[in-house]
Amino acid sequence: MSVTTYQLKRVDLIFKNENDWKQILSKTLKRKKEDIINSLISSELKGRGGAGFPTGMKWKLTSEAKEETKYVICNADEGEPGTFKDREILTQVPHKVLTAMAICAYVTGASEGYIYLRGEYKFLQKSLYNAIGEFERYCEEIGFHFRIAIFMGSGAYICGEETALMESMEGRRGEPRNKPPFPTDSGYLGKPTVVNNVETLVHTYTIFKYGAKKFRDLGVQYSRGTKLFSISGDTPIPGIYELELGMTLSDFVEEFGDGDTKAVQVGGASGFLVPRKRFAETQIGFQGKLTGVSLPTGGSMMLFNSSRSMFNVLNNYLDFFEEESCGQCTPCRVGCQQLLKGIHAVKRGDKPAVYLNKLLKLSENMQYTAKCGLGQSVGNSFASIVENFREEMIF
Amino acid sequence: MNSTQTLIKDLARQYGRDRRNLLPIIQGVVEQENYISEFAMIEIAKELNMPASDVFGTASFYSFLEHRKMGFYVIRVCKTIACAMKGTNQIMHAIEDMLKVKIGETTPDGKFTVLQTNCLGWCHKAPAMLINDEVFTDLSPERVREILGEYMRKNR
Repeated sequence: MSVTTYQLKRVDLIFKNENDWKQILSKTLKRKKEDIINSLISSELKGRGGAGFPTGMKWKLTSEAKEETKYVICNADEGEPGTFKDREILTQVPHKVLTAMAICAYVTGASEGYIYLRGEYKFLQKSLYNAIGEFERYCEEIGFHFRIAIFMGSGAYICGEETALMESMEGRRGEPRNKPPFPTDSGYLGKPTVVNNVETLVHTYTIFKYGAKKFRDLGVQYSRGTKLFSISGDTPIPGIYELELGMTLSDFVEEFGDGDTKAVQVGGASGFLVPRKRFAETQIGFQGKLTGVSLPTGGSMMLFNSSRSMFNVLNNYLDFFEEESCGQCTPCRVGCQQLLKGIHAVKRGDKPAVYLNKLLKLSENMQYTAKCGLGQSVGNSFASIVENFREEMIF
Repeated sequence: MNSTQTLIKDLARQYGRDRRNLLPIIQGVVEQENYISEFAMIEIAKELNMPASDVFGTASFYSFLEHRKMGFYVIRVCKTIACAMKGTNQIMHAIEDMLKVKIGETTPDGKFTVLQTNCLGWCHKAPAMLINDEVFTDLSPERVREILGEYMRKNR
């Protein structure tokens, strides 16, 4: 894919009024299930939590699973450092999320839904329950039986991983399961389950409202539609912005930087750091060109200017991972500890600079051997920071 | 029957006695008592007919379910990157200085516990902290002193 000369395009779909949710719901519930799935698939919507799995496929697989009981779960355990969009969605347009959950339930044949809300957002619980009450009353009115409950998290980052989330909902430690089986076959309580990010659900609402074509026309190849970006760090205008996918980082920095941006962390602590010299060649979307690895986009964009030490940044990330690693698999549990100890040893001079190469190898090992996305992605930020700012790790 | 036992019986009745109701029940206890004691864990185990070690296993996994005795107000200051860049350490010093405790400690009167926590999701309004469930953003040492001052005047 060639690098496009693409300007930043702001869009306003997600937070646009939700007053028409009743129409959208009753209108969509009259459509054929296959028809809904097909329009989701043709829209090319991919999961907005970071992993980017095609949403239409997920719904399709769950709808095809042969079980009486199925579940729909809205993943609102937004824990990635630098991400805060889901909170805003649940504050401003909760009915869109609920409508999308109900339509998902209709398509897949589920009758119960859950919103897994992170403990840090407990203040949202009350307004959300009010919205759910109103929503359920309307569902009863039109004769559609669907119940939604809120399940509160308790401050564990790893529970944003879908299988850990379900372990947590089943009353256990939030330790990720082996995959397969995938949640679409065996999820919450062993039943087929759709787990969708809050933002993904709102995008399906957009698709039900305007049709797949309008969504597909936004963005670029492989990365269709819009995305909410949570922008923070060294920027004069931090906040939440809805942008079309596919812009280059240089356009992004032009708009949001403070004129002195030396690097941008794309995708939070588990994402990649992109140094200034690669802004022009880096695209934001599901097919980034960075070192051949696709750029994950949970939406977190953090800008660093030249007053920041990348050692401090990496130290902060590793500190985060070391605490949030669930501890069940050795590569991640020990790996995070050793990476953290290692960079300090190099900084103090207890280890030679070449020791960084050993650490890089360890982080690469973790990518292959860790059980879940957490351990596998520690290497993303570690390698991209150490390789691009090696001198800052040493001196 | 003491108050903890009554509370746990009520919660079990409200949520149900399945394993999947364990987390809401523990959360209910923490909401009332600000932490989950060994006694409460054993009572929950009895109520749900499961090993107490499993209750401990689940409870100890989650950073918001403290199993040490906590103060009435639990202050959690975010220490993750965006807040770190905007001066979370200065916020921490202001709190420690005002309450005369260190991170992880509780004031002698049992009113405040000071903790650090990972990303609270307010990076665009950093630095941020939680006092129980209430969020405070765009903090500065001055603002923290104001907020804490109000809490110190408050009765429990």
